[in-house]
Amino acid sequence: MGEAGGHHSNPLMIQSKTLAPSTGAPALDFGSAWDYAAAPERVQVKIAARYGHFIGGKFVPPAEGKHFPTVNPATEETLSEIALGSAADVDRAVAAAKAALPRWSRLPARERAKYMFRIARRIQERARELAVLETRDGGKPIKESRDIDIPEAAQHFFYHAGWADKLQYAFPGRNARPVGVCGQIIPWNFPLLMAAWKLAPALACGNTAVLKPAETTPLTALRLAEILAEIDLPPGVVNIVTGAGETGAALVAHPGVRKIAFTGSTEVGKKIAASIAGSGKRVTLELGGKSPNIIFEDASLDQAIEGIIQGIYYNQGHVCCAGSRLFVQESVLDEVLVKLDIRLRSLRVGDPLDKNTDVGAINSADQLQKIRRYLDVGRAEGADLHESNGSPLPERGYWCRPCYFTGVQPAHTIARDEIFGPVLAVMSFRTPEEAITRANNTPYGLAAGVWTDKGSKIFEVAKRLKAGVVWCNTYNQFDPASPFGGFKESGFGREGGLHGLRAYLELS
Amino acid sequence: MAERLAVLKTYKLYLKGEFPRSESGRTIEIKDSRGRTLAHVCRASKKDLREAVRAAREAQPAWAARTAYNRGQILYRMAEMMEGKADEFVTTLSATVPGGKTRARKEVQAAIDRLVCFGGWADKFTQVLGCANPVAGPFHNFTIPEPTGVIGVIAPDQEPLLALISLIAPPLCTGNTVVALGSEAHPIATAVLGEVCATSDLPGGVVNLLTGLREELLPVFTEHRDLDGLHAAVASSQDRKTLELGAAENLKRVRVHTATLDWYDERDCHSPYWIEPFVEMKTLWHPSAT
Repeated sequence: MGEAGGHHSNPLMIQSKTLAPSTGAPALDFGSAWDYAAAPERVQVKIAARYGHFIGGKFVPPAEGKHFPTVNPATEETLSEIALGSAADVDRAVAAAKAALPRWSRLPARERAKYMFRIARRIQERARELAVLETRDGGKPIKESRDIDIPEAAQHFFYHAGWADKLQYAFPGRNARPVGVCGQIIPWNFPLLMAAWKLAPALACGNTAVLKPAETTPLTALRLAEILAEIDLPPGVVNIVTGAGETGAALVAHPGVRKIAFTGSTEVGKKIAASIAGSGKRVTLELGGKSPNIIFEDASLDQAIEGIIQGIYYNQGHVCCAGSRLFVQESVLDEVLVKLDIRLRSLRVGDPLDKNTDVGAINSADQLQKIRRYLDVGRAEGADLHESNGSPLPERGYWCRPCYFTGVQPAHTIARDEIFGPVLAVMSFRTPEEAITRANNTPYGLAAGVWTDKGSKIFEVAKRLKAGVVWCNTYNQFDPASPFGGFKESGFGREGGLHGLRAYLELS
Repeated sequence: MAERLAVLKTYKLYLKGEFPRSESGRTIEIKDSRGRTLAHVCRASKKDLREAVRAAREAQPAWAARTAYNRGQILYRMAEMMEGKADEFVTTLSATVPGGKTRARKEVQAAIDRLVCFGGWADKFTQVLGCANPVAGPFHNFTIPEPTGVIGVIAPDQEPLLALISLIAPPLCTGNTVVALGSEAHPIATAVLGEVCATSDLPGGVVNLLTGLREELLPVFTEHRDLDGLHAAVASSQDRKTLELGAAENLKRVRVHTATLDWYDERDCHSPYWIEPFVEMKTLWHPSAT
């Protein structure tokens, strides 16, 4: 280890300035000692040349005969042709969901639960295949799809299956009844997991559903459709219509849909709210964020660094609750920046199918362009961009090195807008009061992180942060039993846990 | 001897703990069922509404920071003060609302009971609506309800006092502050409620009460970006739609009841499900380790 080890154990020996990317200081040069052998996932997954919608328990071609390509963002190869959903397709899917509703909702709850347990089991059993598919379609590192997305999707069905016959205990003093047909629109950042977040509580509560996966990541939802058919889920209980924004709009507007669940941007969320005002439809919205991650001087800094990394670079920063605004107490700012820079350099960016990869491909060309625009705006407005990670990037595909900005002012665009990429805005503060005020100074309120080893401080700060999820000395943890959702313009309603059931039940 | 001439009162707005007239100088004449002038009330303007929201915003953090026990006591104190003014409420209500004093007394009593009920909820809703979550990992994880912020209330003409209290008390008891527009047809009870608030240890700005025209002020409630929620009971589907558009403006939490619901149904109206729309569930994670 010698000198390199010395540097590692005491990074403060390195002046932060010498670590600026422009100088390219060899802070942690291990030579080839730590090179990883490439470890690509070798499971082969069959992908059909073309997919239809899943309606009434069967795959059916789109009414208008149109398809669109879904692309592997790490290679730019077209994986399959996906049905483009029209109003007619949505109509057909809602009709199937409506037809299935009476039988499904009146099924003894324990039987409903058993169907869901079956779904969970099959997801577990086909986990490897689903993980590879997820990574190829969306670009996320295989270690994330393998260890988080797919197992948690299965866990969501397990958790909610158990609720099906216990709903009368969830809301004391009330009779719980299903809402009806649910229209569910999900994003591209956690494709199968979001499908599970939406479908599991809906089914447990006795509803039927029409799910619209994101345009760029439909494959795992369609594989889930195969699983649903495989476990003999009654036809029409879950219908999947693929497409883009217009398909989603048709679903929202459909008079047969009684409840809308949407995860996506605040802009679209507001449009949905406007379009259904006065319609009697129920809605839950899980929208954007610009979540603060606050590091106090008395935090365990090494752990906090992991939290920062996990907070913003997890899933290429395509996370609605990403800790994209880092607030560091001034007294430890230099130390945190040094450690952050070192850690950032160690991230492996590249082939998402390689088990060593930490940061995969940006989900789409559009998203990459959007992120690059923000990098330009950040520099133009006067912040300093640090792209210290030197991973060699593949020639094809959509890539963005994880990076951070210093010299960020609260009014900067990169400190206010949701970028949805691996881009961190670093700011400093002096007092807890200032940290809380600045953390709350955003229309969003999805999540927040607080790092301090002082118990009383953590409770007080957590209490005063306007956010639906507060991670204390941790970040980006999720669980089916833990309600998730935002304050303010990050939306309303919760998903997961007891509170997540509420949106899928009529109480009387 | 000449008959004594009654002193006609002009009821004012209750705003920031004070009783201002409408900045617009406008008033509405209120007549009793026999057409005689009973009093005047202020016709609040858009500007009055915005002032009220400002006052409510300013008062909210301190109100939420009080102990739940203290908020409960203050709501109970409001009930005590209402009990003392019960006859005045009965007189003013029965003067304009059909059904006479018997009906009015029933309404006033139910309104007082409702305040007592939600005073009691202040230090219990957290336990009933919150919970600990058994996550699959070494974490403490729990969910607690917190007040949403500043809530706009629009009361109907049905049971004008009882409905107003039913709409105000649930958000109030958790630490929200309120800007309420009382019944348009029967506004005097709203104004008298202001006198109750002013004498019951309620900090200024926590409850703000306006009288005026629904048609004029409803869109302002909807569009106001510093209101976090709307709690209303309306008679028309158009009003319902107007209010629900508030969700599109800044993701307001909007709960609109039907004006004609059974306001005396305690099973419904005393339940924590009236509190639930105006609390935000906050979930805390903390690692558990030595």
